[in-house]
Amino acid sequence: MYSDEVMKHFKSPRNMGKMENPDAVGEVGNPVCGDLMRLYLRVGKNEKGENFIEDIKFETLGCVAAIATTSMITELAKGKTFKEVLKIKFGDVEKSLGSLPPVKLHCADLSVKALHKAIQNFKE
Amino acid sequence: MSQNKRIYLDYAATTPVDPEVFEAMRPYFAEKFGNASSIHQFGVEAQEGIVLARRQVADFLGCDSKEIIFTSGATEGNNTIIKGIGSNKNLTGGKKPHIIVSSIEHDCVLGSAEYLKENDLAEITFLPVNKEGLAEIGELEKSIKDNTVLVSVMYANNEIGAIQPAREIGALIKKLNENRSQKIYFHTDAAQAVNYLDCDVKRIGADFMTISAHKIYGPKGVGALFVRQGSPFSRLMNGGEQEFKMRAGTHNTPGIVGLGAAIEKVKKQGSQIEKTKNQRDRLISGIFDKISGSALNGSRDNRLPNNANFRFEGVEGESLLVSLDMEGIAVSTGSACAAKSLSPSHVLLAIGLNHLQSHSSIRFSLGRLTEDSDIDRVVSLMPKIIERLRSISGNLEGGTVERGKLPDDFGC
Repeated sequence: MYSDEVMKHFKSPRNMGKMENPDAVGEVGNPVCGDLMRLYLRVGKNEKGENFIEDIKFETLGCVAAIATTSMITELAKGKTFKEVLKIKFGDVEKSLGSLPPVKLHCADLSVKALHKAIQNFKE
Repeated sequence: MSQNKRIYLDYAATTPVDPEVFEAMRPYFAEKFGNASSIHQFGVEAQEGIVLARRQVADFLGCDSKEIIFTSGATEGNNTIIKGIGSNKNLTGGKKPHIIVSSIEHDCVLGSAEYLKENDLAEITFLPVNKEGLAEIGELEKSIKDNTVLVSVMYANNEIGAIQPAREIGALIKKLNENRSQKIYFHTDAAQAVNYLDCDVKRIGADFMTISAHKIYGPKGVGALFVRQGSPFSRLMNGGEQEFKMRAGTHNTPGIVGLGAAIEKVKKQGSQIEKTKNQRDRLISGIFDKISGSALNGSRDNRLPNNANFRFEGVEGESLLVSLDMEGIAVSTGSACAAKSLSPSHVLLAIGLNHLQSHSSIRFSLGRLTEDSDIDRVVSLMPKIIERLRSISGNLEGGTVERGKLPDDFGC
């Protein structure tokens, strides 16, 4: 059912766990489909003075796809500026994972929303 | 994938064909291949296999051979009864019929009922169940109307194994029918029950009963429908005169023979059920001992002896299923994340679980080939798997997530 890349992220999720004193937290979820995602950000400033994601961690209650997509989005976002990160689309998450079953595409979408929410949380 | 022996704990989904059943079927593929409707010797030897199987099934159900119609399985049987009786206006003098189905029926019953409703062919009551997953007689009695033609309550539930009060329902309907001009018929889907429970149709008081071969170590694609003599039943398939002109189509001889042989084996399984029940109880106590935040879904006592359906706080069912599969252990989940739709099991919602609890559920269903060591292996692996998933979800304590505290709902 799942691609090798999805299974790799499920077996060994990247950047998984809590972050102490994060600069921002983004939390999204849907009890109906059973996925809850939480992203923690540590935000730094680069030499141009732009905000960038120095460190990122996630916690996800959800299916294999939900765990793999959050793991993947932390990889895609780490070290990037806010400007770059906000360009990440759910299709990018899917493509990076090889593929996702159609019914699981919303997981990729949810992971993008979690990231946006975390950035919004920082700006507030 | 793990190098260990694979462990199958999904017998409620399907069972392997028993070797004796397979042997009984074997001649009917290439040797006794005749069309059972043909008059020549080839046809006669095929027909003999069907006659024997019909007797074997009838004997098990305590009915006459003429009351058994072979089908392609439980889905066909259930569709036939719900749609056929549910839309039969002759029973109600032209008025739209009313049928009652329990809210934890298999999708093929619920889907058939929804079909009748959507096409304005019948009025439907979805009978609720209590927290244990049991239909309540009082509730059933209250939902009976003048135009009620059919009550369909499964004998045992496929997900949580809840054994329904089928005999009490049969007795209630019999009593009600004494004072009604318009008879109520009682149908029960016994697909999950045959291997474990007394399926005598007279003792249950059923007018219709659906059974399936592949749940009882028989082949897939074959089942039977008990239709009490004198019950209204209109043919579903037009064509030949097979099955007392009720269901046209060349007989699936090997399948039908396999169903008969599988039922014979059920009659002779002796202490097997007790063995299964003991293994299941070991599984339940092992899980409860070792894993906090775990609970059993459905009734502890009114439960099929091979079923254990758990939920684990802070864990999602599909992740758990896939984690077990990586170890070679096969189970099922009530989480829709493993299915095509996104809403969790209607059965788990019907017993009062919230969506998150339903998503956190998995079903173990044991069977004849389950060994004690399989249970030990599951019990020893589960704590590590649950701990890993809880560490990913940030819910190591296995605490309850309150619905009110959930973050924004972005939809699925």
